[in-house]
Amino acid sequence: MTVTTMTDWTRARPQPNWLARLFDYKPFLVVACLTPALGLLLVFLTYPLGLGIWLSFTDTKIGRTGEFVGLDNFEYLLSDPQFWSAVFYSVFYTAVATFGKFALGLWLALLLNNHVPFKSLLRAIILLPWIVPTVLSALAFWWLYDPQFSIFSYLAIDILHIRKTPFDFLSTIWPARWSLIAANIWRGIPFVAISLLAGLQTISPSLYEAALLDGSTAWQRFRYITFPLLLPILAIVMTFSIIFTFTDFQLVYAITRGGPLNSTHLMATLAFQRGISGGELGEGAAIAVAMIPFLVAATLFSYFALARRKWQQGEAND
Amino acid sequence: MATVDIRDVRKAFGPFEVLHGVSVAIADGEFVVLVGPSGCGKSTLLRMLAGLENITSGEIAIGPKVVNNVPPKDRDIAMVFQNYALYPHMTVFDNMAFSMTLAKAPKALMEQEVNRAAKILGLEQLLQRFPRQLSGGQRQRVAMGRAIVRNPQVFLFDEPLSNLDAKLRVQMRSEIKELHQRLKVTTVYVTHDQIEAMTMADKIVVMNGGNIEQIGAPLELYDRPANVFVAGFIGSPAMNILKGTVANGSLRTDDGTNWPLPTGLKNAKEGPAVYGVRPEHLRIDGNGGIPATVQVVEPTGSETQVLMKIGSQTMVGAFRERVTAKPGEILPVRPDPALVHLFDQQSGQRL
Repeated sequence: MTVTTMTDWTRARPQPNWLARLFDYKPFLVVACLTPALGLLLVFLTYPLGLGIWLSFTDTKIGRTGEFVGLDNFEYLLSDPQFWSAVFYSVFYTAVATFGKFALGLWLALLLNNHVPFKSLLRAIILLPWIVPTVLSALAFWWLYDPQFSIFSYLAIDILHIRKTPFDFLSTIWPARWSLIAANIWRGIPFVAISLLAGLQTISPSLYEAALLDGSTAWQRFRYITFPLLLPILAIVMTFSIIFTFTDFQLVYAITRGGPLNSTHLMATLAFQRGISGGELGEGAAIAVAMIPFLVAATLFSYFALARRKWQQGEAND
Repeated sequence: MATVDIRDVRKAFGPFEVLHGVSVAIADGEFVVLVGPSGCGKSTLLRMLAGLENITSGEIAIGPKVVNNVPPKDRDIAMVFQNYALYPHMTVFDNMAFSMTLAKAPKALMEQEVNRAAKILGLEQLLQRFPRQLSGGQRQRVAMGRAIVRNPQVFLFDEPLSNLDAKLRVQMRSEIKELHQRLKVTTVYVTHDQIEAMTMADKIVVMNGGNIEQIGAPLELYDRPANVFVAGFIGSPAMNILKGTVANGSLRTDDGTNWPLPTGLKNAKEGPAVYGVRPEHLRIDGNGGIPATVQVVEPTGSETQVLMKIGSQTMVGAFRERVTAKPGEILPVRPDPALVHLFDQQSGQRL
């Protein structure tokens, strides 16, 4: 009879099979992990962008393969007053709407950062304009701005008796421009307010208590504590907001389609109108490509504004 | 500098009362420590004094002036927070000068005052740094510097050392005490650490469950604790507390050991009582000592702490002499009758 002891038995070392060995092979792993991401980027980002840029150098029309025409499209646009009007309105629209969104959004965030009853419900309500599909809210605004059935006109004429005629929101140039900006501000506030609220909540309450004891007024607490500490987040949110606003399409296209007299065309809507509706793919692409310098500028702004400030550097052992 | 008078102050959050009528009189220039376990209301009391919480009822006076309805900035107090509350985006200089910036003080005066405070605390080299670039102890000093620049009537400290490591805590403890001796500003200091309280205070206020248990000088609290709570809270290692019955001039515990009554209380009323003896007041005595079974021996060098079992009671003894006993051995111990305490079992008050 043999007695089996521990020394007779050696633990079998598991031999990895070919698949396990393959996945342990680093070059294979790198390629396997990168391919899906790179593929998606190439197909959905690089290719359309490259195609757009290529088209802008051709005279492609719908139904006709174009030929390379160099900078002809851009030269034509430079002398096109309608293009310059779209550039002007894009910049104006972005500047005014961003200012409005941040003024109101910051104000709202500050309000919500206080102890208010039904805080979470209020926050949910505030997010609504952002959740609703843009086209849907655009339709609602279209209705609000309707020359005949606008509720504002109804209020002013029939309830308050301060006007005799309905408001003219969309049929003359400047009122139409301002109306679109108002709609964009309404849509953009939630994003700004909620992001800034998140930023506000990272500020330690004891800083406010310390400032209170240091003898600060409410304005001084905002000026010296809240604002500087919020600045890093403010810069990020503002960059995003500027990019979103500058490339806006849906609101304008759904409410005015660029009218009246093409005065409310943004670069995006003009590119669409020329390229798709008008069939001039090359020209439309050129307008779209002309947006790139503006977007690069916004991104550069973010790059510098997002750079860590000096006070954020160093070890945080707290 | 000013006196602080807290008169029958109560604080309730909704229906829940956390301070049940607290009164403390603080003399001009005194260093008072509020000490107690978590949730005893000490920080709330400090924040009420600062004006960060309102006062449900009662009165707080700084100097001759009742400050119940005076906003924090007009109370002429400065506070050092547990997390220091340094403004992260300002340099040390700007942090310390912030109160003067708000008051629109002239630049020259600002520099003079900040430099004075920086010199007191040894911060001259760090004035252009940001809080993130400082160590814990340096941040602590900046927080104090900010308070010193204010030149307030009263300094408030809210557990200022609890974020520091043990060694730094001991160092900052003596620095704060030394600072107080130099500036002689009335100081109210909150801590849960009784050693901090004992080492720093002119006067300790022991709080528990929203009430004051005892007010007194550190050694007074140590020598004559007013009740079982203070007896157990002050002193480290904590006092041994035994329940038993007083009869025939000694206290007999339920498991049958006899303990000598305090010298002054030889004729204490017979009946149930609580007996307290500090670990350092137990002596090793071969003749007629109470037999104690050694469980754990902890030599610290300067003294030896012994965890032991007497009857069914676990007790701690701290002996100056080196104890060579092994776990399981019997050590005869005897309390010093001049230094033991007797409390009423029902009320917990000192007899």
